Amino acid sequence: MAIVSRGFRGRPRAGGDRLPPGQYLVEDFPVLSAGPTPRVPTDRWEFAIDTEEGETHRWSWQEFMALPQERPAVDIHCVTRWSKLDTHWEGVSLDVLFEDVESAAEYALVHSYGGYTTNLPVEDLLDGKAWIVHRFDGEELAPVHGGPARLLVPHLYFWKSAKWVRGIRLLNEDWPGFWETAGYHEYGDPWREQRYEGD
Amino acid sequence: MERTPARRARWTAARLTGIRDETPTARTLRFSVPGWPGHLAGQHVDVRLTAEDGYSAQRSYSLAGPADGDTVELTVERVPDGEVSPYLTEIMEVGDEVELRGPVGGWFVWRPESAAPVLLVAGGSGVVPLMAMLRERRHAGSRVPFRLLYSLRGPDSRYYADELRRPDPGVDVTYLYTRGTPDPWPRPAGRVRLDDLAEGGWPSSFEPDCYVCGPTGFVETVADLLLTLGHAPERIRTERFGPTGG
Repeated sequence: MAIVSRGFRGRPRAGGDRLPPGQYLVEDFPVLSAGPTPRVPTDRWEFAIDTEEGETHRWSWQEFMALPQERPAVDIHCVTRWSKLDTHWEGVSLDVLFEDVESAAEYALVHSYGGYTTNLPVEDLLDGKAWIVHRFDGEELAPVHGGPARLLVPHLYFWKSAKWVRGIRLLNEDWPGFWETAGYHEYGDPWREQRYEGD
Repeated sequence: MERTPARRARWTAARLTGIRDETPTARTLRFSVPGWPGHLAGQHVDVRLTAEDGYSAQRSYSLAGPADGDTVELTVERVPDGEVSPYLTEIMEVGDEVELRGPVGGWFVWRPESAAPVLLVAGGSGVVPLMAMLRERRHAGSRVPFRLLYSLRGPDSRYYADELRRPDPGVDVTYLYTRGTPDPWPRPAGRVRLDDLAEGGWPSSFEPDCYVCGPTGFVETVADLLLTLGHAPERIRTERFGPTGG
């Protein structure tokens, strides 16, 4: 039973059933990062998937941009409690990038320019659930929001959608990423409010 | 990085036991939280308010001081049109209750066993977790040299004014006023510049740990300037807050 705070009324409720528990709506796009913003020129950018057998699949920026592009419109939820509805992105589905990747690994460790990492099950990257995106709201993705390209996994808290993404390592064992070793939840489902370790 | 043992952080009743005004729009709230597990300087807590009809709202706030038994202190800035901060800064009275959960965050923290010099760079209310680090330094008897650069609008916006007027030995405090300065004042009002960080910070060869906290634009600027001055990116820890929240 929650404790009532005397005199607290709260705002008119908005967002309805699209707002996970404990979240509130924003119209702008807040920024959260653990360190300085890396600047990655596209002529030096590459994205790689490394399998548990040691095989590497690589894409240069040109090769990546030549892949079939999708335009997901999704709701995003940050663990710091803001949610943003109907965000518009453009990028490549992970299903496309995984097409020729032979792997039985269950876990993925995503790594970024600048050293950031985050982990999630491989199945959460597949079947139309995740993209590598390079445009937001019709514009090139700004460095502060993860440009030139970031991961987009909208069904998990947004720290899983690694900015400045550089590659994915496929692993037979789960390996915690940056925030996952700093007290945040391994999986991060906003609808089950899995914010912190042990939730 | 150290892993903290897995434990489910529970919502706990917290009773307001003291209030101190910092500025016309910010106040420090002292809570009694029975069973508080302790925390590190730089960590934050979640606050949950519940209305009589069962509606609830949560926000995160930085802890303003080191762990002190069952007592925790937050400093909260009132966000115009905010939902939670107006309650905490204007309505809540001593004896009222909220729920707290935490501590949260294992990255933007300073540990007193660390020997590296420390540079703290605050923008506005971003000074709160940095003040917790200064207080932890005193509490632990650390002699690690600290420098605080505190960017703020004017003298009336200073948090912790009395305490920062007489810093502990080994601590330098520099105010960087952006709109209006005391009279006279050596530095004209303006946003943070490379010179400010070069003069008021540490040379990169000292390999200081840099903690930067403030609004997104401020943190972006400072982090870029620190890189320009040769500080290693892995030594620059940032915490940002956007215009939303509250």
